[in-house]
This record gives sequence, C-alpha cells and structure tokens, in this order.
Amino acid sequence: MASSRPSDHFDSPAPEKPAEGVAQPKLGLVGYLRFFWRQLTSMRTALFLLLLLAFAAVPGSLVPQRSSDPNGVIQYTRDNPDLAKVLDFLQVFDTYSSIWFSAIYLLLFVSLIGCIIPRTKHHLESLRTPPPKTPARLGRLAGFTTTVPEDFTPTDGMNTAQAAGSILDANRDAIDSAQRILKRSGYRTRLFETPVRGGGTEISVSAERGYLRETGNLIFHISLVGMLVAVGFGTGFAYNGQKVIVEGQAFTNTLSNYDSFSPGRFFSDEVLVPYTIGVDKFTTEYEEDNTNAYGTPIDYTVDVSTDTPGEGTATDTIKVNHPLRIAGSSAYLLGNGYAPTVTVRDGDGNIAFSQPVAFLPQDANLTSVGVIKVPDALPEQLGLQGFFYPTVCSTDVCGDGALTSVHPDLLDPTLTLNVYTGDLGLDAGVPTSAYVLNTDDLTQVAGREADVAGLLLKLGDTIELPDGLGSVTFDSVDRFVSLDIHHDPTQLWVLAFAILILGGLLTGLFVPRRRVWVKAVTGPDGIHIEYAGLARGEDPTLESAVSDIARKHSAQLGLKLSK
Amino acid sequence: MAMYALAFIAFTFDLARRAAPAAEVQTVSAAARARREGAATSALSADGATQAGGGSTAVLEATAPPVNTGLGHNDPAAKPSKWLRVAMALTVIAWLLHAGGTVFRGIAANRVPWANMFEFSLTATAIIVLVFLLVQFWQDVKFIGAFVTGFALLFLGIATTNFYVDVVPLPPALQSAWLVIHVFVASLGTGFFALGAAISVTQLLQASIGGRRPRFLSTIPDAERLENLAYRLIVIGFVFWTFTLIAGAIWAEHAWGRYWGWDTKEVWTFIIWVIFAGYIHARATRGWRGSRSAWLAIIGFAAVIFNFTIVNLFFKGLHAYSGLM
Repeated sequence: MASSRPSDHFDSPAPEKPAEGVAQPKLGLVGYLRFFWRQLTSMRTALFLLLLLAFAAVPGSLVPQRSSDPNGVIQYTRDNPDLAKVLDFLQVFDTYSSIWFSAIYLLLFVSLIGCIIPRTKHHLESLRTPPPKTPARLGRLAGFTTTVPEDFTPTDGMNTAQAAGSILDANRDAIDSAQRILKRSGYRTRLFETPVRGGGTEISVSAERGYLRETGNLIFHISLVGMLVAVGFGTGFAYNGQKVIVEGQAFTNTLSNYDSFSPGRFFSDEVLVPYTIGVDKFTTEYEEDNTNAYGTPIDYTVDVSTDTPGEGTATDTIKVNHPLRIAGSSAYLLGNGYAPTVTVRDGDGNIAFSQPVAFLPQDANLTSVGVIKVPDALPEQLGLQGFFYPTVCSTDVCGDGALTSVHPDLLDPTLTLNVYTGDLGLDAGVPTSAYVLNTDDLTQVAGREADVAGLLLKLGDTIELPDGLGSVTFDSVDRFVSLDIHHDPTQLWVLAFAILILGGLLTGLFVPRRRVWVKAVTGPDGIHIEYAGLARGEDPTLESAVSDIARKHSAQLGLKLSK
Repeated sequence: MAMYALAFIAFTFDLARRAAPAAEVQTVSAAARARREGAATSALSADGATQAGGGSTAVLEATAPPVNTGLGHNDPAAKPSKWLRVAMALTVIAWLLHAGGTVFRGIAANRVPWANMFEFSLTATAIIVLVFLLVQFWQDVKFIGAFVTGFALLFLGIATTNFYVDVVPLPPALQSAWLVIHVFVASLGTGFFALGAAISVTQLLQASIGGRRPRFLSTIPDAERLENLAYRLIVIGFVFWTFTLIAGAIWAEHAWGRYWGWDTKEVWTFIIWVIFAGYIHARATRGWRGSRSAWLAIIGFAAVIFNFTIVNLFFKGLHAYSGLM
C-alpha cells in the first residue's frame, strides 16, 4: 500500500520523524525532480489544487464571460473602463481558458496521473496476488471475536501423534468450512498452515474482498482524465454557427451562409455537410386561460424539411428541448421573432426593396427592433430604422408616450419607421451588421428630427415618403427562427466518460474493501476459533460483517461465541 | 371548459397555498420552538438533577438514549424525552402537511412542483426534512432536529414572503423529462449535504469545546463518530450531486446546444462538486481529518445555499427560472 498511495494518504504508514541534528543529504538534480514529483503527487497538494480550482472558478461567475455572454463583457467594459482593463489583463473575462485557470487544472491532472499510474500498477499486481498471510495476533484487529474454547477429547486408544493428527483434522475441517462461507460471500481466500513454536500447526484462512473498490476508484479518476482529453479534442474540432431563417426560406450548410460562426482550432470547412434545412412553418402557442401568465409562451414548434446529400429529403420538427440531428450536427431552436415584409418603391416608382426582414425581439411581448437598408433606391439610398409591435398597445390604454407591445401574438401588428437618406456605406467593402444602421452620415427625412413624423404602418398600409422619395408598404409579417447549429465530435465520448465516472464513484465509495481472517487456535483449554477483520479504506460496516461471519460459522460448527 | 380549468387551477392552488405554507410555517415553527425549548429544558433539568442528586432521575438520565434528557423542569416526574417526542411528532405532522401542500401545488400546476424558486424551496425543504426523518431509521440523529427544522422554517418563510409566485405554465425550455430528474436529484443531494453540514457543525462544537462543555453536548455522540456519520451522508450527497451535474449537462445539450458553457449556475454547481471532492480527499489526507474536513463540509453546504439564493437572484445566467422579476 505504501508504495501505491501518496505518502500522506491516511491509509499509508505514518512517516518516520527525521532525527534531530541529522544533516539532510544533499539532493542532486534527480533528487530535486523526485522531490518535486513527490510533492506534486501528494494528497496535500491534490487537495490544495482542488480547493484552489474551486476558488479560481468563482471570479468567472461574478464577471461576464466572453464565451457565454459577450454582450455582457462589452457592457461591463463600457461601465467600468479602468477596472475592465485590469480584469482583461488578468484574463478574467476568459476565466475558464485563462493561463492561470488552465495551470491549476493541468497541474491537478498531472498530479492525478502521477497518482493513478502507480496505483493502477499496484492494483493490477494485487489482483493477481492471493491474500496476505494471517497476522500472528488477531486480538488487536477490528471486530475480533472468538468462540468459547472447546475441549477436544481424543478417541480412546489414540497415541499422542494420532491425537495431534485428529486435532489438526478437526481444525482443518473448521477452517475449510470458514473458507466456504467466505468464498460464498465474495471473498478471495487462501489457507495457511503455520507451525507454531512449541509444536503443532496453526490453521487459518486469509480472505480479502472488495477489489472492485479500488477498481472503481481508478476508473473514476482515469475517466476524469479521459473526459478532459475528450473535451479538449472536442473543442478543437467542434464548430457552432447561428442562422436566422424566415418561414418559407431555407438554409444550406456552408460557411458563407451562416450569420455568425465560431470554429474550433482544427476546424476545416470540408467537414460541413451541405445539407439544407427549410423552415416550412413556425407555430407558437401562448397561454390564454391562466390570467397569471396570460401571453407567456407554452410551445414553439418548427416544421422543417431537410435535404441531406446521400440521404434524401425528410420532414422533421425542432422544439426547444428537441433539436434536429442532422449529418453529425444538431440544430437547436434558440430564438424567434417577427420578420415584416416591406416593399419600398423609390422616387421613380420602381420596386427597390421587397423582402422579409428579421426584427430582433427586445422583450417578452416581442417589441422588436429592425433595420431595412435599400441601397438600390434612386436617386438616393434609403435606410429605415424602427420598431415592430405584434400587438401594439392602444394610446387610450397606454397613453401617448412611446409605443409598446402588450402581447407576443399578432393581434394588432404595427410597424414604426424612421427614414434616412444618404450613403449607407455598403459599397466601401467593409462588412457591416445587418441589424445596425449607422446614421452619422445620413439625413433623417421622416422621424422626430425631421419635418415629417415617423411612419406608422398597420398591415397593408402604404405611406408616401416626403419629397417624392417613394413609398413604403407593410405587406405582411412572417415568423423567423434563429437556429444554432453545433457539431461536437467527442460529445458521446464525454458522455461515456461521465457514465464511467458515476459508475466508478459508486463502486469506489460504496463497495467495502476488507480483509477477514479466521484462525483455529489450540490453546491449553482446548480449541477455539478466532475471527478478525481489517478495513482498507472507509468501511463503517466492517465490525458487523466480521460478527456476521463469526455467527454463521460458529453456528455451522455448533460452537458458542464468547462475549 | 377553459373557465372550469381556470377555476380548478385557482381552487386547488388556493388549497395548496392554504395547506402548505401557512399550516406548515405554524407547525414547523411549533416544532422548532418545542425543540428549542426541549434543548433548553434538557440543559436546565440536567443541572437541576445533578444538584438535587435525585436517585431516580439520575438513573433515568443514565439509561436514556442520547439527547433524551429532556425532562420538563416544572414536572420532574415526566418521562424523559417528552419534548423530543413531541418535537419529532410535530416534525412528522409538519412534514405531512408540507408534503401535502407541495403535492397540491404540483396538481394545481399539473406538473412537478419544482419549476421556479418558490416551488423548489417548497420541495427541497420537504426533501431535507424527509431525509432527516428517514435517516432516523438508520441512526439516531435527532440532535440535529433543531438545525433541520429551523432551516426548513427559515427557508419556507423566505420562500413564501419573497419567492412566492402564482402558478404559471412551463416555458418551453423547461418542458423536458430532465426537469423531473435533474432538479429532483439535485434537491436530494442538497438534503444529504444539509444533514452532513448539520452534523459537521455539531462535530465542531464537540471538538472545540473542551472543559466546560454545555450539558447537551455530552448527550450526543463524540466528534469522531459524528465525523464518520457526516462523511457517510455527504458521500451519498456527492453521488447525487455528480448525477445532477451529468443530467444537467445532458439537458443543457438538448436545450441550449452545448453540454457545458460555464453558465453561472454551472460554474457554482461545479464549484460545489469540487469542494465536496476536496472534502472526500481531505478525509483521506493525514492532518486534514477532523475539524478541517468538517469546515469543508460546512463551506460546501454554504456554497449550495449561495448557489440557490444569491446566484439565482443576482447573477445573470441561463438558469433564470426563479419566476421572479
């Protein structure tokens, strides 16, 4: 045991105190390496690293993270510019991929591996080794029990040698039956016959069980390493991307079609299978009966038709908890909103723009913000920016202030738009967001800053723009869904390791590892049987287990247990 | 039909509300009060008994099982453990009402009663008390009754006054079988951690108070036995917690498209897991057994509470299901 576990493990023998005044031998380079390795793989270091890991994970929950909340980071930086600089330098916005966090868990895992390897070796050896010799004195061990000594009267006419022989036979029988009991309860057993000083032979059975405990323990720890490796590979080869798809439109899985895309380090776009997901219909259901929750969404369902190369077409549905699994990747429904179809005619009466535009929802009632860019309008490019309200609150209820939506369903769809003219900046070749209109170089022609008020359109309305710039028509409104498409090749590996971790944990914690000895002792007042056990690791039920065996065995032999 | 359904929901819900928090707060508080009084009188009467040196009382005290020294000081002839038995009975009644209320809430909502903070508080405290009651069949841990009932009382109080929300339908993200499994196992784990922490507190008391220890401490098991007991409970809690993490990850993959994303709740669940992993290792490390590992158990449970309250209410994250604005 001492060689397989860290020296400061509770089950290892206590270290010898170095004699005072003795000069420590000088350590060479190897000696130092060995010393550091010892330190790193000690229980105390592992414990320290574990607690440090817990502590180091805290800041990442206090400060927004780039990985999970990039907008939060931007907001935070805007609110506390000076503090943000310091935090960014310390990588607090990327806590879980920061150098210091990685250092802690990598050290922890090195320490873990340093612990696993010798223990695995030792465990494999002990699996092949029969139980160790029975200790000379069982009296000091756990659950020590003896039977009342029974005088063994040799049959008449036996000489001393024969009498000794028959005593030995009786002992042998007793221990044999103990061995059978132990074997039946899952112990690995081994018989010992040791000559005793002063003549005679002591017969005993040494038994050990619960090798599964150490196996489970090792599986748990090895699976942790396995999981880390699988996660590491996974993030390297994984990708995820987002795409907004309006009802009736389709998406083909190629890099250029994504709205945003974040690949792993080893991603190559050859892995993208060019399948097509068409959004046929998006159905929502809102609560209508419960007045406490009027208008809260109850169900989102996307009906899709897919076309996978080599597999053909199919129809399927996507729900929030039911992603679409397609060609090794998964498509999740993470958002939805409205996409009003707007037709813009320019000053010459030509249709300059006519298509649905996704407006991004801002609140639970889907008050949405959107931008329409009309670069083809003549004589000047047009930019429209505004709000969409699926159910606009009437002014006699909500007053004359800012409009707001009061229900997420389309009960009174209303579109308000401010209109700008000028160069939209789309021709400069610099990529711009489809959801942001930079109005710095534009002139507002309808809206609060212009002579003409902003446009307010109900479904089907057409409003003429001022100065003969054209007209805007609110034709119809569709739903859009925002799909997240993920691919993680090692996901199932991670799951497999997680299951192994759980299994290893259960066996490693709850299977008791123990040794039990049963010994027949011939004393001055006859033969008695001794029972004792030894816990290897936490084993709160050892004593009762030993006494169970003692009771069963003594009952079988017709012996009484002494109190 | 819709009206009927609405009326039914409102009705059962009203029933649930009456049955659960109100009744419970009363009885649980009564139980807790009884318990505190029991502890106080036990200390008092023990002193009295020693001073009076009454033979019969001394015998009674000696033969009484741990903690059962609760003699009413006005009524020396009363049987030992009267208060204790009253307290236990009240706890059982309170729990029955509590569980009933929780079940009614589930029926009213037509789903499992743990989909927002109020319901989760209701269910989690019911489970903590249930674990406490069930553990009695295995080991006598009545001495942490005051802790458990006090905790349940406090949490129910906070839940009804601050977390209370009306029954609302499940948002689509929560419509999953994992809601049943993940959250239930998490609260089971919490129950075991709570008991482990309570026993660890008692263990620290036992270990730290030397010469003049309060009388009630001499009636409960010594520090080492308490430590073993706490360890066995926490280990069970740890297995549940591991399962919660895994189940949560599977659900996260289904609902959010990734199994792990360092969401604040995920981070804290991970922190708790690591703290208790540390606790288990501390138990196996020389020099860390005893009080040090007991502190870890308490810190771990404090983190569980932090995770449930502060993280839910004040941290931004995907687990925003408290139902509170």
